[in-house]
Formats: sequence, structure tokens, C-alpha cells
Amino acid sequence: MGDAVVTAVLDEVPVAAAAPAPASRGRLVLARLLAAPGALVGLAVVVLLFLLAFVGPYLTQWHYTDIDYSALREPPSGTHWFGTGGLGQDVYAQTLRGLQKSLIIGLLVALLSTVAAGLVGSCAGYFGGWADRLLMFFVDLMLVFPSFLIIAIISPRLQSGGWIAFVVLLAAFNWMITARVVRSMTISLKEREFVRAARFMGVRPLRIIWRHILPNAASYLIVDATIAVGAAVMSETALSYFGFGVKAPDVSLGTLIANGTDAAPSYPWMFYFAAGLLVLFVLAVNLIGDGLRDALDPTAEAGRRRSTRSERKSRQGKA
Amino acid sequence: MTTVTSPLLAVRDLRVDFAGNRKRARTTAVRGVDLTLARGETLGIVGESGSGKSVTALAVLGLLPGTATVRGSVELDGRELVGLPGNELARIRGRRISMVFQDPLSAFTPVYRIGDQIAEAVQVHQKVDKATGRRRAAELLDLVGIPDPDRALDSFPHEFSGGMRQRAMIAMAVANDPDVLLADEPTTALDVTIQAQVLDVLRTAQRETGAALVLVSHDLGVIAQMADRVAVMYAGRVVETAGVDDLFTAPHHPYTLGLIGAVPRLDRAGGPLVPIPGNPPALNALPPGCPFAARCPLATDECLVAEPALAGPVDHQAACIRAAQLAETRPAPSDIYPVPVFPPPATAAPRATLPPVLTISSLRKTFPVLKGNVFKRKVGEVYAVDGVSLDIRRGETLGLVGESGSGKSTTLFEILALGKPEGGRIELLGQDTATLTRSAAQQLRGQLQIVFQDPMASLDPRMPIGDIIAEPLQALGTDRAVSSARIPALLSQVGLDPAHASRYPHEFSGGQRQRISIARALAVSPELLVLDEPVSALDVSIQAGVLNLLQELKASLGLAYLFVSHDLSVIRHLADRVSVMYLGRTVEQGEISAVFAAPRHPYTRALLSAVPLPDPAAERTRTRLLLPGDPPSPTSRPTGCAFRPRCPIYATLGAEQRTPCETTPPALTEAAPEADHAAACHYPTVELV
Ligand SMILES: Nc1ncnc2c1ncn2[C@@H]1O[C@H](COP(=O)(O)OP(=O)(O)OP(=O)(O)O)[C@@H](O)[C@H]1O
Ligand code: SF4
Ligand code: SF4
Ligand SMILES: [Mg+2]
Repeated sequence: MGDAVVTAVLDEVPVAAAAPAPASRGRLVLARLLAAPGALVGLAVVVLLFLLAFVGPYLTQWHYTDIDYSALREPPSGTHWFGTGGLGQDVYAQTLRGLQKSLIIGLLVALLSTVAAGLVGSCAGYFGGWADRLLMFFVDLMLVFPSFLIIAIISPRLQSGGWIAFVVLLAAFNWMITARVVRSMTISLKEREFVRAARFMGVRPLRIIWRHILPNAASYLIVDATIAVGAAVMSETALSYFGFGVKAPDVSLGTLIANGTDAAPSYPWMFYFAAGLLVLFVLAVNLIGDGLRDALDPTAEAGRRRSTRSERKSRQGKA
Repeated sequence: MTTVTSPLLAVRDLRVDFAGNRKRARTTAVRGVDLTLARGETLGIVGESGSGKSVTALAVLGLLPGTATVRGSVELDGRELVGLPGNELARIRGRRISMVFQDPLSAFTPVYRIGDQIAEAVQVHQKVDKATGRRRAAELLDLVGIPDPDRALDSFPHEFSGGMRQRAMIAMAVANDPDVLLADEPTTALDVTIQAQVLDVLRTAQRETGAALVLVSHDLGVIAQMADRVAVMYAGRVVETAGVDDLFTAPHHPYTLGLIGAVPRLDRAGGPLVPIPGNPPALNALPPGCPFAARCPLATDECLVAEPALAGPVDHQAACIRAAQLAETRPAPSDIYPVPVFPPPATAAPRATLPPVLTISSLRKTFPVLKGNVFKRKVGEVYAVDGVSLDIRRGETLGLVGESGSGKSTTLFEILALGKPEGGRIELLGQDTATLTRSAAQQLRGQLQIVFQDPMASLDPRMPIGDIIAEPLQALGTDRAVSSARIPALLSQVGLDPAHASRYPHEFSGGQRQRISIARALAVSPELLVLDEPVSALDVSIQAGVLNLLQELKASLGLAYLFVSHDLSVIRHLADRVSVMYLGRTVEQGEISAVFAAPRHPYTRALLSAVPLPDPAAERTRTRLLLPGDPPSPTSRPTGCAFRPRCPIYATLGAEQRTPCETTPPALTEAAPEADHAAACHYPTVELV
């Protein structure tokens, strides 16, 4: 028997006093998340980034499309906080505009593709049979489509939909591999006794997926989603480079970085502000992801340390 | 057996530590073990999981991994083994000391033939040629009772059944006439009838070679049956050692006493067991003083000062400061341990007047046997369940017994599916499950709950136990507020602290997890609880608490249980009626004392005689009915009686009397009209020696 995993040895004696209704999983996970310093830092950084992206532009007189012919490739100064670009664009205004775009694209694409992958993968795995074959056929179909080509063909027609359509398009080609992994995880989870137990208790299939399958696949999904954030920003850059997605004069962090790379050695401000914010963003998302993963996994180091501590406290209290 | 002046094997102050790695702290597994073993003697080592039994055995053999530090001394015939270089140890291993493991598959290399492996074991230590080695291997296989040894030599390990592999391993272990045979839980993974065979083989092997045997087991019955002397281990130390009779009749250590009181016995019905409260301590955080103090009913402040050493007369030592007092007063387990009092059972109405809860007749379920990787083709059928009939009435406990593969779990899953069975009929609370509508089935689910064998696997590791317990309520559409208000009451009902509702399953011990499973099952106030081996993953002292809980719930809530177990002692303890399965068929059923007192089917008789009793005196007077062979594979459907190939009665019958056994499947027939005892055998009254 695995006594090694028993971290708390509890008394068998029941306490007669009626305790208040216990906290549910949602509250517990939230409490654990908020108790993790890393996740809080990550969350704070993302909030600050949003503030910067959406409030910051009002702090300067420059608009991202403005061009100051009197200041070409000027280093940061009182008038142009982040300096200026090759045509006299204000780098500060451009970077914040790019940050707006990239924050939204990164987070939304990761969210949409993870939700789609979780949903399709777990349903295919759980229901099996025809549902599985149909969904997996669709997944394979999506996988063999040359996504880049399709985006290139479709995106001009979606101009009217703007960047939202672009987000959906990016997400649509980003979920299939994850879905396949989730499917195989589901197939093995489905045979686990606790899922069987739920089935025998009469819990409905979608509820089983929501309450048992997805939380147990969550570690993978979360890691995958955090990676997807960075990847989405990058693929947006690649597409923008070829003229799809974000088009000049509009900018994103990706386009700024791409344009600034050559200039980086001699005019570092044209590159490093955008690059720094992108790194900060990806790091913060990773911190949140780690915190969320640990919060959902009760055996995670952080949670365990806390529980043994409280256990010791309660033992001392008794003695 | 008396100890000779110079023992064959002497272990003194053996200590084993495992170095911690990045994640785990340094752990101590054995903390000063002393053992002596005389020639030809059998020493039993008992103790709960994690008490250090296996590590002790492995340390003697020098088989511990490199992370282990071994201190102390192990002397074989006066020669020190601790610290001996690897190659010299290897020469001693196999030649003078050999080992039988719990999992025989791990001892054989899967890609070599059994015969070659045994012959090699012979050749490594003796200068003989290949042919002689092979001949010796055949002799050894014959010694351990493997039929047709010459053919068995050319088999691969996976072609053997579990019992045969265990025999083959014993054959390999005795190949070089060792002086000491170490057997670590040699029968734990086996069914009782196979266990009886293997223990018999072990005795034969010991007799033939004159080896001393160290038998490690958690099963007091096996120890009582086999051992001359017993060492009881707790928290990495020997806490009591004595001759087997002394130990069982007059234990000097409270732990031993508790263990003896905790085992359910085949020769005794009902009543509360003696649970030892609490759990074994973690070995790397032992408090000062007696390690058993936290669980000991006799503990005083003095016990917390220093750890008592093993003391007392040479032939009966115990590590307890009150050993002398126990030796004098000889209390019964229930005199010193608090034992729960059950509410009186509901007045026993005559069985026929009780409403039926579950009725199954001629249930059948087959699984296709598929072959081929790409295109699966059906090449046959497994008759997993092929004629199971049983009935349970309100408030009744039916024990379902059978060996592994006899179709117990399949029967349960067929019931739980609440659908149309492949063959036969299932009636739950008067409703035929074949005709249920979806909503009726959903309604019935509330009346039928299950508790699984492995309490860790059946609880979602990512859910706090409060949510786990509320799940069946929510599945039936109970309001969230109502269901969470029920949680504290349910937790205290199963003996857990309601304040722990927001903890996760991994924070509980095995016994507590099983209590959580039970609380979940009770949440919707079911009429019938299906329990699939609910205590087989637990240590005896913990198992006793769970069995007591089940008995108490049954008395106070009037629940009916369908209790599946391979352990007949547990069934005897808990059940009102029993149903015995063999190869997917019900072969005998009825009121428990009638069946256990006078079994009518030869299979039931063999099962009952195979169960070891935790009572050495009774063990010596028993005659054992050993069944030959293994249960056949359920892919073929025999004509006539399915038990025929192993039936001891059939073997004694004349040709003419055999005909019914060969042609007609016996039907379940009552022992007497109106008697609650039926068996499926054509010759239920033939005497057997
Ligand atoms: N290789 C190892 N590394 C670290 N710790 C170990 C190792 N092997 C065993 N242990 C620890 O040593 C202790 C005693 O283990 P041991 O296997 O001897 O128990 P046991 O009495 O045989 O139990 P069981 O009845 O479960 O077989 C346990 O706490 C176990 O976790
Ligand atoms: S020494 Fe004390 S605590 Fe330990 S077993 Fe004896 S009476 Fe109990
Ligand atoms: S019917 Fe015949 S073969 Fe079957 S159990 Fe009875 S005596 Fe044995
Ligand atoms: Mg062991």
C-alpha cells in the first residue's frame, strides 16, 4: 500500500460538532491559485500590460499613425518616450498599439484553441464509436490542410470581420494536435475506476467530461495553452510578414519586432521595447499557467507543503 | 523445534536506510532487527505493509538497490555476509540462500524457456554438463508437481499460470539444495486453492532439501499453518518473537494481540472485530518512545520515554514494557481494545416474507475473442458469465465468492449496467432491467450503489472529498445546497472528521479512502450496496475497522449488500448467505452457516479446506482437500459439469456413475425441499477424505 503518498495521517474519531458546508472544488482551486505567489505576479503583470496597452496611448500626444518628420531614428527622449522609427513614427505609440493587438490575439487564440481541443478530444475519446470516427476524421482533415495557404486565401475576404476573424482563423488551425492528445488521455481516463463509478452513479456523460475528464487532463491542457499564447503571437507575425493578418499602418508586437530586428544593433529602441514586452507577456502567462496547474493538482508541491504545515499545526493544537 | 546453539542464520541489529533523492527525504526501513534461524526450521515474519518485512529479507540476500545502506550483521554459518563483495555474495545466493518472490514473472526472463533457466541456475553453481542440468530441471519440476515436466521444460514463462510460475520458481530456488529458503509473500497474488497447492509444494521442497524457511507474509493464517517460530514486525523492528503456539495463544505484545483480534475467522461468525485505531507511523518521523504508543490501548506516559527493547525469556520475547503483565493476565483482544457495539439487528422476519431486492436468474455474458491487428476478426468467445443465479432480499448480505476469473466482476457490471442482459434476467426491486426506460433506470440508480476494491483508483484525485461524496446526490438532481449540507453527516457516519471535507483523496490513508467510498455510496440512501472486494487492498488492522463499519451500517440502515470477495473468512464474518461461483456458474448457494458447515459441492469443500486458520493448533488437525490443476480458461464451454477436470469426486467414480457428470450440466438443486441451500452437483453427498 502506498503509505508514502499519505501526507496527512488523520484521526479516525469523528468530530460531533456540525461543520459548515465544506468548500467546493471551485473555491478550493481559487484559494490555492491566489495563495501561489507566482500566479499572482503573473496575473498582476498581465493586468498591468493591459492597462499599459489600453490606457498608455492617452498619455502621449502621438498616435501610432503619426509621423514626425523632424525626428527620424531619434533615441528615447522627453517628446518621444521610446524614440522614433525610420520614418519618424513614435515607437511608444506603436509599441502600445502592437501590445493591444498581440495581447488579444495571443490570449484569445490560446483560449479558443484549447477549448476546442478539450471539447473535441474529450468527446471523441469518451463517446467513442461514430462520434469518435467523425470527429477524428475532421481533425485529420484539418491537419492535412495546408493551413498557411488557407489563411492566405481566406484572410483577404475576411477584411470586414477584422482581427476577430483573424483570431478565429488562427485558432482554427491550432487545436488539432492537442485534441488528439486529449482524446487518447480521455480513452485511458475513461477506464479508470472513478470515471466508471461516476457512470454507475448515473452522472451524465457531459458532466463526467466536465467534472472528471477535463480536470484530470488539465495539466496538459494548461501547459499547452501557455505555449499556444506565445505561438499565436509568433504565427501572427509570420503571417503579417507575408502581408496577411495585421497590415500596415496597423502594427502588432510581431510586426514591430520583425521590422526592428535589422535595426536592433544600431537603433536598439526600435527593437527592444517591443521584444521586452513580448517576453514579459509570455513569462507572465507561463507563471499563471504554472500556478493554475498546481492549483488544480492537489498533489503539487506547493499544495502539499501547505497541507503538511496545517496538519502539523492541528497536531500541535491537539497536544 | 528447539534452537541449536549455533544458529544457521543470525541477523543482529540489522538497519537499512534508503538515501533520499531530490524529491524524497532519507527513509529508514529497518531499525535494528534481530533474527535467528536454526537448520530445517520455518520462521514466519508477519507485519503490516511497510513494516520492513521485504527489506529485511532482501538485506539478508544483499539484493537491495544501491541507494540502501545496510548496517548490522548477517551471519550464515558464522560467516559475515554484510559487506561481502558482490561476486562472493552472488556465489552464496542461489547456492546456500535462495529466494522465492511474490511476483514470479519478475524472477524469470520472459524470452528464455523455463527449463533453460532452471538448468542454468543448476549449472552456475554445480559443475555439471548441459544434459545433466536439464535432467535435474525436469526432476525439480516434477518435485513441485508440474504435470508433464518434460514438456514444461520447453515452455516460456508467460505460458504458465500464476500458480505454475510460482511452483517453477520454487523449483529454481531449491535447485542447489540451499540451506535457507526465503519466501516473500509467495502466495499473496494467488487464489486460495492455488495458495494451498503452493504452500504444499513449499513444504515438500523444504522436506526434500532440509532447508530452513523464512516465510514473509501478512496473512496470519498462512503463518499459523507453516511456521515453527514467528517474528512480528512493526515500524521496522521485531516487536515480538515466539514459537507459533505461544504467539497465537498468549501474545505478549499489544500489537500482536490486536492483529489476532482483527482477523475475521472462517470458524466464527459475525460480531465486531478488534480494530487497531490509527495508522502505522511514518518511519522517518518516529516520535520518541514506543512506536506503537499512538495506537496502543495500554500506553502510559512511561511508554513515551524510550523505545522498549526486545526482552523476556529466549523463547518468547516482546518489545513492550507491559509484556510481563500481558503474559500473566492473558487478556483476549477485546479485553484491552475498545470494540464497537452494534445496534441490535432488525427482528429476523422469515426470509420468505421479505421483499426481494435483487433477483438474477441464468445470467449470461460473453466477450468476443478478437485476433488480428488491423482487421479484428472474431475467433471465439469467452463465456465470462454462463449461468449465474442469485437473490438478495431486504437487509440481507449475500457474499459472492469465486477464484479470479470466475466472473464475479462481470456479474457486478452486468447488474450495474441496468440494461438488457445477453441472456437471463435481472430484477432490481421488482423491475426487470431489460424493460427499463431511461428515466426509470436513472431513478433505480439511486437505489443501487457500488464500492470498488481500490479506494485510490475509485476516487477522483482532483476532487475534494466533499464534492466526491456529493456527486451521486447531484447526479440524481438534488439541489447543490441540500447535497452539501449532507456531507458532514455522511462523513461522521463513516467515522471521518467532517472538517476534512475540503481535503483531497491523497491526503487520506487506504482505510480512510475506503470509508470515503462508502460515504459516497451511502449519500443517496440506497437499498442495495454492491461491494467489489472492498477490503482486499487493506491491512488487517485497518480492514477490521472497515468491516465493523459495514456491519454497523447494515444494522442501523437496513442495507442489503452484495459483497464480492475471494476471502472466505471475510464472507463468513459478514454475510448472511453465500453464493459460490466457478467458471462463470453458480455452483452452490444458501444460508451461510448451512453452506460452511456442510458444503455440498466439491469445489466449495475444497475452497473451505484451503483457507488457512489463524490458529496453529486447529491448523495441525485439519485435513486438506487439495484440488489438482488450475481453473480452465473460460473460452471453451465444457459439456456436462464444468468442474469435472478438477473434481475429486469424479475421479473416484466408476465409469457408469461418471456419465451424468460428462453429459448433463448439473442444475442447482436444494439440499432438502424448502431448505435455503442448493448445489449444482450430481453427487452432492459423496464423502471425501
Ligand atoms: N528502494 C527503496 N527506496 C526507498 N524506500 C524503500 C525502498 N524499498 C522499500 N522502501 C521503504 O521501506 C519501508 C519498508 O518496506 P517493505 O517493503 O520492507 O515493507 P513490507 O513489510 O514488505 O510491506 P508489504 O506488506 O507492503 O510488502 C517502506 O516505508 C518502504 O516505502
Ligand atoms: S511499550 Fe507501552 S505503548 Fe508500547 S506496546 Fe507496550 S504498552 Fe503499548
Ligand atoms: S457433477 Fe460430477 S464432476 Fe461435477 S462436481 Fe459433481 S461429482 Fe464433480
Ligand atoms: Mg513486502
